[in-house]
Amino acid sequence: MVDFSLWDIFRNLLLAARWTVALSLVAFVGGGILGILLLIIRIKNARGAHLFVATYVQLFQGTPLLMQLFLSYFGLALFGFKTTAWFAAAFALTLYTSAFLAEIWRGCVEAIPKGQWEAGRSLALNFTEMLRYIILPQAFKIAIAPTVGFLVQVIKGTALASVIGFIELTKAGTMITNATFQPFLTYSCVALLYFALCYPISWYAKRLELQTHVTR
Amino acid sequence: MLIQLDFLAVLEQWPLLLKGIVWTVFLSALAAVVGVAVGIGGAWARSHGPAWLRLLVGVYVELIRNTPFIVQLFFIFFGLPAMGVKLSPEVASMIAMVVNLGAYATEIIRAGVDATPRGQIEAALSLALSKAQVFTRVVLPPALRKIWPALVSQIIIVMLGSAVCGQISVQELSYAANLIQSRNFRAFEAFIIATLVYLALSIALRKLLNWLGPRYIFGAR
Repeated sequence: MVDFSLWDIFRNLLLAARWTVALSLVAFVGGGILGILLLIIRIKNARGAHLFVATYVQLFQGTPLLMQLFLSYFGLALFGFKTTAWFAAAFALTLYTSAFLAEIWRGCVEAIPKGQWEAGRSLALNFTEMLRYIILPQAFKIAIAPTVGFLVQVIKGTALASVIGFIELTKAGTMITNATFQPFLTYSCVALLYFALCYPISWYAKRLELQTHVTR
Repeated sequence: MLIQLDFLAVLEQWPLLLKGIVWTVFLSALAAVVGVAVGIGGAWARSHGPAWLRLLVGVYVELIRNTPFIVQLFFIFFGLPAMGVKLSPEVASMIAMVVNLGAYATEIIRAGVDATPRGQIEAALSLALSKAQVFTRVVLPPALRKIWPALVSQIIIVMLGSAVCGQISVQELSYAANLIQSRNFRAFEAFIIATLVYLALSIALRKLLNWLGPRYIFGAR
């Protein structure tokens, strides 16, 4: 048996953490783009669109992320896509993120007083202009703290991708445990690395939240 | 391309699914009751406790909130036995869920406790209520009422999170789905059905807690 030093364990986990970061970023950026599309569909309130987005959000918020990952992994293959664990995980996490962000941002848009919409209309702005110049800049200000906070949820969510075989921080931890028989040490390091990733973001989100409350 | 879905092949295994549902409901109910109790204790400690206890609870809350549930579960189930604490998968899951919900509930309930107007506490003290009475009778009920929606959401998140416990072979719903698909290779159908059951459970749980809260937990007059 090869001997693993603490540094070996930590170094390998650190290398695997790159994939946690990569997956989080892909899901966050992809989910953000999809989320804003959903948001616009919802506030434009075209026929049925409202119901569609509400159902979409309920579906992703009311079911376990783990099931979503399994469905993406097996479902994509069933529909003829050649899936890898990486693709299935990125796909499921993007949809998951988009549902949550659409819901968070909807709250932010609804927090904008109705008078702002009416003022925009009275200036003969069309829907796109109203969003672009009046609503979104104000909503953006309120949205930034909860959005940053949700990034922590996404990072923690990527840990579940280990279950469908994507090698990120948690999966690497399991593999190293199997090789070293030192589960206590290894999972402590894994938890520590997640904490190092998430805590600064949580802290920053909290600070942003305090700032927005002060300025209002 | 024609895809043939066979949901009946999964539904034929309904005893397994039922057993899974019972385990999921049991684990979630236990975690909800004990976790919220831990949360109330934690909220008291963070707002009224001595300095060292505040710090300790603060560290607990931040540690749990900034690491994934699956890592907490693996740490308890695989990591602790190396230190001489052997746990069955079921007990490890219960502990992990309680510890997890306890941290979030602490933070949520504390927000409600902090929002208590000072005058109410002073009024209660002037009526010669003890400190414990002030907390349980004057501070806590309105605090719970204020934060109930957030707490309900968190309990649902923990219920959905219990799907992960199947990974350490607790026979809950996601484990049942996995077992069924390993028998008949109907993976997609098995997970669709399990997912729909989770959806129904989360909707029912929200309805139940929204009904239960005002009636029995923070008592509406």
